[in-house]
Amino acid sequence: MNHGFLIAAVIFFPLLGGLVGRMAGFHAGLARLLAATGAVLGGLAGALLSGDILWHGSRTVVTWPWFGTGYTLTLAVDPLSAFFLLPVSILTAMAAIYGAQYLGFHHHTGPAGVGAAGAASGVAGRGMVDPANVGLFASLLQTGMVLVLLAHDGLGFLFSWEVMSMAAFFLIALDDANAENRSAAWTYLLATHIGSAFLVLFFLFLGQRAGGLTFAELARATLSERAQALLFLAALVGFGAKAGFMPLHVWLPDAHPAAPSHLSAVMSGVMIKTGIYGLLRALTVLGAPPVWWGWALVVIGVVSGIMGMVFALAERDVKRLLAYSSVENIGIIAIGLGLGLCGRATAQPAMAVAGFAGSLLHVLNHAMFKGLLFLGAGTLAVTTGTRELDRLGGLFRRMPATAGACLAGVVAIGGLPPLNGFLSEFLIYVAAFQGLLGGQGFAWLPSCLAIGGLALIGGLAAACFAKVYGIAFLGEPRTQGAAEAAPPPALMSFAMITLAMLCGGLAVVVPVAVPGLAPVLSVLVPIDGQTLLLELLRGGALLRGVLGVAILLVLLVGFLAAVRRRLLAGREIGQTPTWDCGYAAPTPRMSYTGSSFTQPLNDLFEPLRAGTVDRPALSGLFPAPGRLATHPADSFVGRLYTPLFTGVETLCQRLRWVQAGRLQVYVLYIAVTLLVLLGWNLW
Amino acid sequence: MVIVNALGLVSVALALVLAPLLQGVIHRTKAFFAGRQGAPVWQPYYDLARLLGKGAVYSRTTTWIFVAGPVVGLASLLVALTLMPLGGASAFLAFPGDLVLMLYLLGLLRFVTVLAALDTGSSFEGMGASREVTFAALAEPPVFLALAILARKTGALSLSGIMSGISPTLWVTAGPMLALLATALFFVFLAENARIPVDDPNTHLELTMIHEVMVLDHSGPDFAMILYGASLKLWLLGSLVVGLVLPAGLPWFLAWPAAVGGLLLLAVLTGVVESTMARLRLHKVPQFLVGALIMTLLALVLGAR
Repeated sequence: MNHGFLIAAVIFFPLLGGLVGRMAGFHAGLARLLAATGAVLGGLAGALLSGDILWHGSRTVVTWPWFGTGYTLTLAVDPLSAFFLLPVSILTAMAAIYGAQYLGFHHHTGPAGVGAAGAASGVAGRGMVDPANVGLFASLLQTGMVLVLLAHDGLGFLFSWEVMSMAAFFLIALDDANAENRSAAWTYLLATHIGSAFLVLFFLFLGQRAGGLTFAELARATLSERAQALLFLAALVGFGAKAGFMPLHVWLPDAHPAAPSHLSAVMSGVMIKTGIYGLLRALTVLGAPPVWWGWALVVIGVVSGIMGMVFALAERDVKRLLAYSSVENIGIIAIGLGLGLCGRATAQPAMAVAGFAGSLLHVLNHAMFKGLLFLGAGTLAVTTGTRELDRLGGLFRRMPATAGACLAGVVAIGGLPPLNGFLSEFLIYVAAFQGLLGGQGFAWLPSCLAIGGLALIGGLAAACFAKVYGIAFLGEPRTQGAAEAAPPPALMSFAMITLAMLCGGLAVVVPVAVPGLAPVLSVLVPIDGQTLLLELLRGGALLRGVLGVAILLVLLVGFLAAVRRRLLAGREIGQTPTWDCGYAAPTPRMSYTGSSFTQPLNDLFEPLRAGTVDRPALSGLFPAPGRLATHPADSFVGRLYTPLFTGVETLCQRLRWVQAGRLQVYVLYIAVTLLVLLGWNLW
Repeated sequence: MVIVNALGLVSVALALVLAPLLQGVIHRTKAFFAGRQGAPVWQPYYDLARLLGKGAVYSRTTTWIFVAGPVVGLASLLVALTLMPLGGASAFLAFPGDLVLMLYLLGLLRFVTVLAALDTGSSFEGMGASREVTFAALAEPPVFLALAILARKTGALSLSGIMSGISPTLWVTAGPMLALLATALFFVFLAENARIPVDDPNTHLELTMIHEVMVLDHSGPDFAMILYGASLKLWLLGSLVVGLVLPAGLPWFLAWPAAVGGLLLLAVLTGVVESTMARLRLHKVPQFLVGALIMTLLALVLGAR
């Protein structure tokens, strides 16, 4: 395959689709079709390119002179970028296929179509969103992400980073009639630019030391220990703000739900992973890591994982819940990276390889199941008119295909065997356990923290996704919208089922394909190729052990199901209402809601959250009817950012006298400036 | 890397045959303390046989998730058993990290049980499911940390390796640490198997149940699978506690009887605990589990040297 052609295709197909689609904005259906076609072709090219590079372990460099500026844009695909290109390509293509029909829902269901219940609970899109704009910005987002992965010099990287970030901003702000969405978009814009500021510092400082901006030149910079530490912190903040490391995550749960669901899938599934990619890329140019980098990432990961789940458990809005779960999964990825860095710094190749490999695989796996679940959430929103979990229920019977696909999604995201989510978490556990055995002094403590943290995260995630699935799909419908929901059209189902099958397929492919990660890991774990391959083969053998057990599990399930069928053959099978302890008139309103399901855990973690409850005042023997309302909230917003930004605002207010608003004063400023400059020049 | 030990099948067979006996022993112990004659120790077997011979009744609300719950749950327990060593003999399957897989298989069992409970739409079963996931999430960290400490002490990363590394010498050099871990694991054993002081398997009030209330709507062979699964889980987690206390290195003709004897003793001990103390109020249960976590953390400090 000609890589130059593929690189051009992966960049320009989506762009072309988006632009032509925008021009065809007069016909909504045509615009959607063109944008989706471009995105799918781009995704296909990306998957081919990524597969080819990963298969051969090679790299391709393309340089495009930027005419008239003397600047040459360097694009390169090495195994690391190719690895991240794979989920980006797959998920953007699937999201585009889904979006082609999902946007149709948006277009046809005006405010009246969704109904009062839907409007009150904030369904994304109420007929205000022009699908042609969605296509344009979605294609810009795709191209931006691809360019971030392909850019091979600081300037190109920052440029691509901005394209990607700004495209996402416009997608978040699409439905700007809604005040919440506007606020989400501004928060996002602020967060992403604080991150970008640190990245500019990172590249300029490093570039100045290195005397050039291409990644190859950056890697040759000689850095003092302090410079190295400062650069690492800049990268951690800059890339961490995009990835959603706590406490830099606050924009994420507001922003991702605001976008149309298939683009929430792309943002949560792959866009935040560019932060992880950037961090890894930074690690390749910063030289040998000291061990505290590993500690820092493990601590960040454990905090993000646990707190992400604590906030997710309290959410009732499916999309916000999924966004918090992305913070949690980024936490798991960070734990893996941290363990990998610890292993590298303490010369334990087994730990380093398992940590990095587990975290890379979690990047891929998370893209699949989080993408799938966001598409599922979008389906629930447009078919029932609400994203509020407690208003759903019983959808398994209404839309079996969606329910089946989402079942795979929740099992995978819960990190349960036999699906792909377990495999990557397993490798990260293996890294932690490896770290227990070796190392001097207290080098094994991060491992203990990681193991305890992962265990709690796993337990909480299982609880959280049991709630999502059990409340939305099982039981009885709680509202009319849920009772009358129609299954989604074919393309939407197709995208979800494909992603569900990928969750299962990866569980089989990954154990076999793990040694193929060697070229990706060689830049992260600089040990000799033989040892690296050996460690990967070991990891692969463990994963094949897990796969063997998973196959045994599937066979046993089949066997037991057959036994059950044989036992029940010819016997009496009764049908009754659910046992309700003798109560005569049950209604769906009596069934457990998501809020009640997670109340024990929410109460337990109350000190960490900042949720508020409006309780009715009950008095007397026969109190009047009352309403109880709970408002989940992010304690980082209330306790950290609101005071911080209020403080900044107060300080800025103090400086307002500078802007007096009188012309004479401004003329005075100019005169003083000129005088000072004159004096400086003379002196 | 993956070691297959055919002898480990003997452990699996022992579990399959003898697991319901543990329940019988617990009941018998409780009957003794209550001054009753009590049901024969074989009663759980009769119950299973009776249930397997029956038809079934399903709620109109349920879907195939409800049917899949017991099947997938029992299958994951059976698979988990192949990873659990007994009496010093290596398990049927052993590889570094298999303990993570074993505990996550129990997680799968819990997940499908909870989904099956929610599938009925009953508020009672929702209540039980809610409590189950809460307490399970709190029980995970102590187990994982306990196994991590043991892995560090024994230098092995598989359950079989860890269990065979707990030698009499280790008890001499790190006795207090092992005792703390054994107590913590016993706490988790009680919590995960829905025993007093966390849950009362004999309660008659749906409002106070945890595990029992989740399976209210199951009947016939489905319910038999759930009960059998509960016995196997008791056996599985019991093996973990017994393996920790029982020194490795006995010859096989002593090791297996000793392990089975240990499990029966553990059942008696469980019966004694159930007879001599009351169930904790629900909001005290997290403290019980955090207590287990604190014990593992103390063991971590003791084992840090």
